[in-house]
Amino acid sequence: MNGGVHPIASLLAAVARGISGVQVQWAGCEPDEKQRIYFANHTSHLDFVVLWSALPSDLRARTRPVAAQDYWESSAVRRYVVINVFNAVLVQRGAMAQAKNPEEARFAARALIEQLAAALGTEHSLILFPEGTRGNGEKVEEFRAGLYHLALRRPDVELVPAYLENMNRILPKGEVLPVPMLSLLTFGKPIQVEPGEEKEAFLERAREAVSSLRRIGNA
Amino acid sequence: MPQAFHDVKLLWLFGDVLFVLFVATLIGRRLKQRRKGDTNRASVENVNARIRAWWKMCAIFAAAILLGRVGSLVLFGVISFLALREYMTLVPTRRGDHRTLFWSFFVIMPLQYCLIGLQWYVFLSILVPALVFVFVPTSIAIGGDTASFLERGAKIQSGIMVCAYCLSYLPALLMLSIPGYEGRDARLLLYLVIVDQMSGVLQFVWDKLIGKNKIAWRVSPHKTWEGSFGGVLSATALGTALWWATPFTPLQSAGMSFTICVLGFCGSLVMSAIKRDIGIKDFGIVIERHGGILDRIDSLCFAAPIFFQLVHYYFVP
Repeated sequence: MNGGVHPIASLLAAVARGISGVQVQWAGCEPDEKQRIYFANHTSHLDFVVLWSALPSDLRARTRPVAAQDYWESSAVRRYVVINVFNAVLVQRGAMAQAKNPEEARFAARALIEQLAAALGTEHSLILFPEGTRGNGEKVEEFRAGLYHLALRRPDVELVPAYLENMNRILPKGEVLPVPMLSLLTFGKPIQVEPGEEKEAFLERAREAVSSLRRIGNA
Repeated sequence: MPQAFHDVKLLWLFGDVLFVLFVATLIGRRLKQRRKGDTNRASVENVNARIRAWWKMCAIFAAAILLGRVGSLVLFGVISFLALREYMTLVPTRRGDHRTLFWSFFVIMPLQYCLIGLQWYVFLSILVPALVFVFVPTSIAIGGDTASFLERGAKIQSGIMVCAYCLSYLPALLMLSIPGYEGRDARLLLYLVIVDQMSGVLQFVWDKLIGKNKIAWRVSPHKTWEGSFGGVLSATALGTALWWATPFTPLQSAGMSFTICVLGFCGSLVMSAIKRDIGIKDFGIVIERHGGILDRIDSLCFAAPIFFQLVHYYFVP
């Protein structure tokens, strides 16, 4: 954790870069030591490894992916990879939906935001996929509210949108073996919650910030 | 193989290429300094990009010749892989094609190169044209998605044909055993590439000089009948003049060059049509850092297998 990157993480990052032939473009900002939340569209398991590997090595050690607990804790290998190798923050998906009453839901939501804020700490950055699950790559689905609440809770952290293109063709949901096509990764201009901005308006704007980074009009 | 160094004619041939490239590079530099207008600058930049690509091709072919049989197979295998990757990235595929694509990259293409290495020509001649032709649609059908079924199969089949099958005949040229020409096959590879690339250049030059009637302006806006005839004929003349480096007589060399030039013309026209269909001008534009291999091999891909088969049929007993 202390500045070190697990050797397997570096290896997996190199493999993911090779398979995805990713071409990275910093379109709206430059790599920076500032604390950031990178939020991106999600279509493949490669997404976070590729995004992570696109960062300069000194930033990688301080950047943690946010992953779904139910999926990544379901086997020992997954658990090892996500916790020990990538130092991920595991969050409970759908805790709000499962809650029995509004009070409990609010409590669960607050606990989640506190957990992410604590994971950010004073030096870490996060990689977040606000769609909550992997899509089919055709459009960016609606964002979940966590990004909004986290942004309010930690206004000092920069929100950087990113778009990953073609990952769903390289390693789609439900496949184990990748097809080595080429992919693109574009980082956009940081956004923030405007004073008095409603949750829905912000989330839609954030979604738009991600989907506008698409480079190939691959309908 | 060090024996390449003892082949004086090969060294001459290569030396000529390097000399021409060197002169071309100098001219390109001068043009870049002189031309300031926007339209001219674009075409000068285009010419310079081509010259840079030729230097790279030169390095690749030199490496292939020096590395010997296995080395050249691996080298061209990597190029095939990169070309297929570029093609499949830009040609739309569907989710249901995933496993078929996996097989194309990791089984069919390596197998094709193994067969070239083993010189198992009978198997080679049916692998992609026949067996893959059966495999691709079957595997897509097993995937269960029947939307645009025929189109998807054709796209994948064509990709494998162009990038794996056709390209693999370039290193295959290094393995021919022509009586009285042993160990000199590298010259044949160089001969094919020189005639093919010069044919492209000369067609471009003749298009500019005397081009009037467009062949298919929607596909390739600059190609004209006059330019293509001029290019094919002058490159055939050049190829005929290179007969001393080949096992051919001057007349045979003329026939071979003519065939290479015509097939090169077909190849670049077809690849242009594919590019128009996908909606891009160059394969290299969308993916800057990786792209451009298909743009360079477009005229070679049809010429290589047929040139190989002709030489194999007439000159290898």
